[in-house]
Amino acid sequence: MKQCKLNAPHPHPRPRAGLLASSLRSIIVGRLQVRFMLICLLTSLASSLVLAGVKIEHWTAPTGAKVYFIETRVLPILDVQIDFAGGGAFVPEGKSGLAGLTRSLLEAGAGDMDEEMISGRVVDLGARLGGGADSDRASVSLRTLSSKKERDAALELMRTVLSAPTFPQSVLEREKGRTIASIREAETRPDAIAAKRFAAAIYPGHPYGVSPTVESVGAITREDLVAFHSRHYGAKGAVVAIIGDVSRAEAEAIALRLTEALPPGGAELVPPPVRKPLRETIKIPHPAAQSHVHVGLPAISRSDPDYFPLLVGNYSLGGGGFVSRLMKEVREKRGYAYSVHSYFAPRKLEGPFEIGLQTKRDQADAALKVVDDVLTEYMTKGPTPQELAAAKKNMVDGLALRIDSNAKLLGYLSTIGFYGLPLTYLDDFPARVKAVTAEQVKAAFARHVKAENLVTVVVAAD
Amino acid sequence: MKPLIALVALLAFAVSPAPAFANPFETKLANGLRVIVKEDPRAPTAVHMVWYRAGSMDEKDGTSGVAHALEHLMFKATKNLKSGEFNKRVAEAGGRDNAFTSRDYTAYFQIVPKAALPEMMKLEADRMANLTLDAKEFAAEIKVVMEERRLRTDDNPTSLVHEALNSAMFQAHPYRRPVIGWMDDLEHMTWQDARAWYRQWYAPNNAYVVVVGDVDHREVFRLAQKYYGPHKPQALPERKPQNEPEQAGIRRVSVKAPAQLPYLAMAWKTPKLRDVNKDRDPYALDVLAAVLDGHDASRFAKNLVRGSRVAQSAGAGYDGTLRGEASFTLDGQPAEGKTIADLEAALRAEIKRIQDEGVSTEELARVKTQSIAAQIYKRDSLMAQAMEIGGVEAVGLSWRDIDLLLDKLKSVTAEEVQAVAKKYFSDDTLSIAVLDPQPIENSKPKKPSGAVRH
Repeated sequence: MKQCKLNAPHPHPRPRAGLLASSLRSIIVGRLQVRFMLICLLTSLASSLVLAGVKIEHWTAPTGAKVYFIETRVLPILDVQIDFAGGGAFVPEGKSGLAGLTRSLLEAGAGDMDEEMISGRVVDLGARLGGGADSDRASVSLRTLSSKKERDAALELMRTVLSAPTFPQSVLEREKGRTIASIREAETRPDAIAAKRFAAAIYPGHPYGVSPTVESVGAITREDLVAFHSRHYGAKGAVVAIIGDVSRAEAEAIALRLTEALPPGGAELVPPPVRKPLRETIKIPHPAAQSHVHVGLPAISRSDPDYFPLLVGNYSLGGGGFVSRLMKEVREKRGYAYSVHSYFAPRKLEGPFEIGLQTKRDQADAALKVVDDVLTEYMTKGPTPQELAAAKKNMVDGLALRIDSNAKLLGYLSTIGFYGLPLTYLDDFPARVKAVTAEQVKAAFARHVKAENLVTVVVAAD
Repeated sequence: MKPLIALVALLAFAVSPAPAFANPFETKLANGLRVIVKEDPRAPTAVHMVWYRAGSMDEKDGTSGVAHALEHLMFKATKNLKSGEFNKRVAEAGGRDNAFTSRDYTAYFQIVPKAALPEMMKLEADRMANLTLDAKEFAAEIKVVMEERRLRTDDNPTSLVHEALNSAMFQAHPYRRPVIGWMDDLEHMTWQDARAWYRQWYAPNNAYVVVVGDVDHREVFRLAQKYYGPHKPQALPERKPQNEPEQAGIRRVSVKAPAQLPYLAMAWKTPKLRDVNKDRDPYALDVLAAVLDGHDASRFAKNLVRGSRVAQSAGAGYDGTLRGEASFTLDGQPAEGKTIADLEAALRAEIKRIQDEGVSTEELARVKTQSIAAQIYKRDSLMAQAMEIGGVEAVGLSWRDIDLLLDKLKSVTAEEVQAVAKKYFSDDTLSIAVLDPQPIENSKPKKPSGAVRH
C-alpha cells in the first residue's frame, strides 16, 4: 500500500495545472470524496498474483536489508521504495514532528549537493522522489525511466539522499517555520482538530496519540535530525521494494548500492505497548457549519489473527462504500452526511478502528444515534449471509484492479516487507477471505471493539 | 559500450505514448453516441466511462448545482433497477465506481475486472435513458448534496475564496457560478428541476463512452451497439455563447472565515486553446505556468518558498482546454511575518522578471523532460489514460490531438513565453480574492441553513 502520509513532509504538494495535466481539478465535484484513510485501507487490503507471470522474489542483501522484487518489462520504468522503522512512534518525548522533518530534509542537502541541485537533478532526469513518514514508517520512493543513463543517475541520487543527508541549519529553520505555520493553520480547521483530538484520546500516553505542536517542533535541533537518521535509517532495518524493468541481477546490485552506505543503526524496533482508553465523549467548540465526528479505539496490529475477519466484516459495516450499512442508514436513508465510513488501520501495534462522518451541527446527536444503533446491531448479530457473501465477492473478484499497476504493486511489496507478512500473503488472500465466517466476524468485533473503550470526539458540537 | 548505452537510453525515451498500430479505436453509433476504446492488455481489468457534455456552465440562474445534483440521483432507481442496486452490482463484480461533475461536463465511471465490462455497459446504458426520479428520493439526496457543500465549501476558507474569485471575474459567463451550486438554489431545487435537466441533456448524441483496458475493441463496439444502440437521439437545447464582456479594471474581493493564514488568489483573463494547429499563446501560457510552478525546481518553489521565504506556499496554474473562458491563476499563502501585500508583490515580481529577462533554455528543457516522462508514467494507470481521452474530448478536441498537444508544447520557444508574459498580465483583466482570517473564538456558528424545505 501507499503509505498513509499523515504528515506529508513534501514542501510542494500542489496539483499542477496545464493543458497536459489531468482535467480533474478542484472545480470538479464528485459524488463521493473518498477519505484518504479509507484509501489506505482499501489498497492495503488485497493483493494476488493475478498479473500473469508476476512473481515476488525475496532475498536479504549483504548489508542486511530485506529486498522484495517483481520483474516486469512491459513499461520502460522502474519504481524503488525503501522503508525504515522511522515513523512518529519512535521520536523522543517532546520532539513530535522529528520523524517528518528528518524524512523531508533528506532532500534539503546531501553529499555535495544543496537542495536546489537535488530538486534540479530530479527534474532533469524526469524522475520523481516521494515518500513520507507516518506513525510506523519513514519511506523514500523513486520513480524513474528504466533507460540506463537516467536510471543509474536517479538511483545514485537516491543513494546519496538516503545515506549522506547534510541537514543544513538554515533549511531546518525555514522548514520548522513552515511546519509551525501549518500546525497553527490546522488548529483552526475542524477536520484537523477532530483527527488530532481523536488520536490523543484513543492513545493516552502513547506516541501513536501524539501530534506535532508549535512547542515540539520549535524544540527540534539539527542534532536531533542527525541522531534520528543515524538510529533509524540503517540497512539492517531497511525494506527495499523494487518493481519494473530490471533483471534480478540488476535488482540485487541496486539494493546493495542503495543500502551499503546507510548508517549502522536500524535494529529491530517496536513502539511501547498500547493501553486501551476508557469510554468517553469529548466535545470541542468550533464555529463550523458541520460537526466532525469520530468514534473509535485502538484495535489490531498487522500481525493479529483477527485481521481477515475484521477486514471482511468491516466491508459490510462501513468499509464497502455505498453498499455498507453506515452509508445506507446515515447517508442514503436520512441524508445526514456526504461521507460516512469505518475502517481498521492496522499498524505495528494496535492501529485505530474508526467511524467518521461530518453533518450539519444541529443534527450531530441524531447522526451519532444512528451510528450507535448500526454498530450495536452489527456487533450483536454480525453480517447477514448475503452481506458476507457480497463482501467476499467484492474482495476476491476485485483483487485484479487493486494490483493492476506497478505503483500499486510497489505498495504491496513495501507493506509485506515492512510488516513481515508472509511472502504467500498475496497468494493466500482469496482463500483467507473466503474462509471467514459470520461467527468469526462477530467474535473478532467483540474482542476488539468493546463498548467500554469506545471514544467519541465531536468538533463543532452544539 | 558507450554508444550502446546511449542507444538504449534513446530507445526508452523514444517510446511513444501511442503505439504505431491504430490504438485507440473509435466508432460512432447511428444515434450519435461515440465510443473510444484503448486496448491495454497489461492487467485483466478495464475502465468504463460515460461522459456527458453537460456541466454547471449549462445551468441557468436559480438552479445552480442541478448538474451535480442529477449526478447524485443517477445512482437511484431506474425502470429496471431498484435504488442502490447500481452500486451493489458494481461492488459484487469486484469493481469500484463513482462520478464527477465539472463546469464543462458530467462523467461516470466503473473500474472492474474485465469480465464485468458487459454488465457495466448494460447498467450505464440503462441509466442513460431509464432513470425514474421521484420526490422522495430527491428529498433525501439533496440533503446529502447540501452536506457536501458545507464540507467542501462553507467550512473550507480556500474554497470560499475561489468561489468569490470566480463570481468576481465572471459577470456574464456561467463560470461565475459554483459547480456545487449556491446553497439557496439547493434549498429551492425540486425533483422536477433534476428531471428537466436529465431529459434535456442525457442523450446518446450528447455523450461518449471511453473504455481502456484488457479488451478487444471490436467486442466493445458490439456491446455498445447492443446496449446503447437502441437509445433514440434527441434535439439538444441551444447553447448560447454567453461570452464575458471585456474587463476594464482590476477587481478585488475579500472573504472573512475562521483561519490562521491569509490566502491570496489572482486571476488574469487569457485566451484558451481553440485551434490545436494554429494557436501558439495557449501553449506558451502552459509552459509559463510550468516554469513558475511545474515541478520542485520551478521558480516559485525555488525563489518564493525556499529563496526569499516570502511564501508558505505559492502556485501557478493555467488551463487552456475548456469549453468556457480561460484564466491564468497565481495563488499562495504568505510565510509567517509576511503579509498578503508582500506575497502579491513577490508574485508580480516573478512575472515582471520573465517580462524583462525571459526564461532560460534550461528551464524549457526541464518542462520538456517532465512532459515526456509524464507520458510514459501515465501508462502505468488505466484511469489516467481514460481521463486524458475523456478530458480532451469534453472540450471539443479529439483524442487524436493528444500527441499533437504534446508536440506543440515541446515546440514553445523562450521568446514565446516571454511574449505571453508581457501580453496577458495587465491589471485591467486581473481579479484578486483574499482570505481575511478570523480567530475561531470570535467566529459565530453559521446560521443553520437548509433546514426549511419549500
